[in-house]
Amino acid sequence: MAAGVAAWLPFARAAAIGWMPVANCPMPVAPRDHSKRQDELIILNVSGRRFQTWRTTLDRYPDTLLGSSEKEFFYNEETKEYFFDRDPDAFRSILNFYRTGKLHYPRYECISAYDEELAFFGIIPEIIGDCCYEEYKDRKRENLERLQDDQEENKDMRLPNMNFRETMWRAFENPHTSTMALVFYYVTGFFIAISVITNVVETVPCGATANQKDMPCGERYTVAFFCMDTACVMIFTVEYLMRLFAAPSRYRFMRSVMSIIDVVAILPYYIGLVMTNNEDVSGAFVTLRVFRVFRIFKFSRHSQGLRILGYTLKSCASELGFLLFSLTMAIIIFATVMFYAEKGSSSSKFTSIPASFWYTIVTMTTLGYGDMVPKTIAGKIFGSICSLSGVLVIALPVPVIVSNFSRIYHQNQRADKRRAQKKARLSRIRIAKAGSSNAFLQSKRNGLLNELLELTGTEEDEQKLTKNTSLLESQHHHLLHCLEKTTAHEFVDEQIYEQNCLETALQSYPSRSPSVSSHDGSLGTCCSRRVKRNTPLPNASVPPAHPVPAHQGPLQELSAVHIQCGDPPCHTTSRSNLNLKTDDSSRINCKSGQITTAIISLPTPPALTPDGDGLHGPPQRRPPPPPGHPPAPSIQTTTSSAGTNIVKVSAL
Amino acid sequence: MDAKRVETISARVDAAVSSPDSVEDELELSAVRHRPEGLEQLEAQTRFSRKELQILYRGFKNECPSGVVNEDTFKDIYAQFFPQGDASTYAHFLFNAFDTDHNGSVSFEDFVMGLSILLRGTVQEKLNWAFNLYDINKDGYITKEEMLDIMKAIYDMMGKCTYPVLKEETPRQHVEIFFQKMDKNKDGVVTIDEFIDCCQNDENIMRSMHLFENVI
Repeated sequence: MAAGVAAWLPFARAAAIGWMPVANCPMPVAPRDHSKRQDELIILNVSGRRFQTWRTTLDRYPDTLLGSSEKEFFYNEETKEYFFDRDPDAFRSILNFYRTGKLHYPRYECISAYDEELAFFGIIPEIIGDCCYEEYKDRKRENLERLQDDQEENKDMRLPNMNFRETMWRAFENPHTSTMALVFYYVTGFFIAISVITNVVETVPCGATANQKDMPCGERYTVAFFCMDTACVMIFTVEYLMRLFAAPSRYRFMRSVMSIIDVVAILPYYIGLVMTNNEDVSGAFVTLRVFRVFRIFKFSRHSQGLRILGYTLKSCASELGFLLFSLTMAIIIFATVMFYAEKGSSSSKFTSIPASFWYTIVTMTTLGYGDMVPKTIAGKIFGSICSLSGVLVIALPVPVIVSNFSRIYHQNQRADKRRAQKKARLSRIRIAKAGSSNAFLQSKRNGLLNELLELTGTEEDEQKLTKNTSLLESQHHHLLHCLEKTTAHEFVDEQIYEQNCLETALQSYPSRSPSVSSHDGSLGTCCSRRVKRNTPLPNASVPPAHPVPAHQGPLQELSAVHIQCGDPPCHTTSRSNLNLKTDDSSRINCKSGQITTAIISLPTPPALTPDGDGLHGPPQRRPPPPPGHPPAPSIQTTTSSAGTNIVKVSAL
Repeated sequence: MDAKRVETISARVDAAVSSPDSVEDELELSAVRHRPEGLEQLEAQTRFSRKELQILYRGFKNECPSGVVNEDTFKDIYAQFFPQGDASTYAHFLFNAFDTDHNGSVSFEDFVMGLSILLRGTVQEKLNWAFNLYDINKDGYITKEEMLDIMKAIYDMMGKCTYPVLKEETPRQHVEIFFQKMDKNKDGVVTIDEFIDCCQNDENIMRSMHLFENVI
């Protein structure tokens, strides 16, 4: 429950009167406010500065230091105030959180000091309001990065328990980790450079021999170049295979860009080996050699800048696409115009519109080769317009793209981090909220414990338990309990609900609608569970012990195994149909009071739901149930495969 | 109820250049603030003591600084008490029950009057209030459709994860039981007299009416 609306709990409880005429069962007893004191001002002395507030303001958030009994540790008897030896400036925003329900981050405050204050007072930083959350997270991230730089030297420590494969992968990814890795890194870099230089030098004319004309070096020293090429490719192949072996996820590695580049770099060589000197395909083979230039991209493993460039190009694809599109539009327009303008002139180079494309591109990018020039006046006029607009069309998007580069690049980095934090933040807030609904289920269990202790334990044990829930919580739980009673249904855990759904799907059962049965029966169904327990209340009507309509419910995990001891024939015991395969209709009756053993674990079964969470009445022995009951059934305990105890109950 | 004092603060921001009748440059801010009647008057009208009224008002004003609750805020506040289900429909009915003069907002007087009936009123008054809640169109009769709406709203608050599993016809069956109990002359509607009569004969209901007496 959001503690901020704790002030409205009395209203919500009062409005529950609207359910009363509709409910068919009696309501649980309300928790009594033992400490009926008026609202009082309490003084919080923080390092000499005195803050005053109402006690109920602080009680709004019972899971923080100030809202719980933890502050009693700081109570000073002589001065009758709570003394905290903390920073009074930071305390202002913390106290404002209680007052307004919103936590703000003061900008002048150091981020780690503020974090410490929040941790001391038991407030999670995730509830900082949206107005200040951005600032808070930015400062925190900066701080973390600054701290991280100091820690980076420690990162290269050798982690224990790394097998050979992981070591190798780490060596590949971070060359600075070991000498071997560094050597490997430089060797591969060297061979990439060699390979690229070889490709280039291959085509340089090497000087004429006596009998032949100028030849490129590649054809002159074929063997040498071939050996060089082979050596490089062998190194690259070995490197690729080693990376493939060491990769933690081979499939993902094979799909990554770098490995594709590797493959493309070495493939032409092998294809060349495979293909013989077949004249037809050698033309295609020559083309393949072009792909050898892709080896230069292998340098991006060695250069951070190349990687950043590739990434930013990828992220600016839409802007680049727009530039290309607008250029294309302009080119087509001007080419058409120029073609028709120059159509009349003789010996014009503008033979067709596609031929004019070349002129337009050269003019718009202000290259101006001069191989095609317009001769007519109209052509010259349009030509000048073309070059002027070319400057505009190209000059305008480029700065936009450049600024987009830097903006998108930085933004991307920040957005990724923010997204990761947001998910964690939201999930943490969700967990805190879910705790409120779980708190109710938990208190039901506590209530069960309460009753057990009433009968078997001592007064102190019971007091210990009831102290755990605050008055506010117990009132809220009582409210939810009343709703359960009104609707004759219970709140359960998500998991149990799923389980129930599964099991109802598995078996078919007669429609269990207690409400369509007779008036007595309906009262008997849900109320019969309660009546035998309502000993403090007078006029408790005891329903006759006749079977009520079958509640052939799904398999339930018992949270409390009630084993009878004593005289069996005198008591009705609770029977629930726990065995999926049973044929006889089982009956769910009120459970009697003889409880001797209890094993509490999740979840609470319905037949054993406790009565009212704040059963503060004095422990009483249950009166002996009326006579004339069916003989006690036998109870066997079997353990299911899941390890939970399932009690099989069958009537004798 | 006495006339409320409502202050409307409006400020106009005109652009320097444009003419006064250009719509987009005018910014009219109006904040409705409501101040309740004096403490003595409320003390006289309700059954709360001065201190109790003080505590109530502090809590009220904290959540609604403007002094009035509109339906959305009301639904939000009420929904926080029932995290597992959907409390908005029932909150809507509750809102109509509290908003006695049907002006779309619940002021502090409405709030405290309602609470006074619910917490300090006689059983007759409480039953009257409950009947008023169920009678959605305030015509003096509770029909099956109205009751079904209310019932569905109550069951909605339970949410999905319940034991036993909530089925489609559960609210309808519950309405049937209710009508069997309450509708004495079987004419398909429940009048206020039938309702009060039947409730006074039902021990459970009578007992539960006293349940929240010491809430404040």
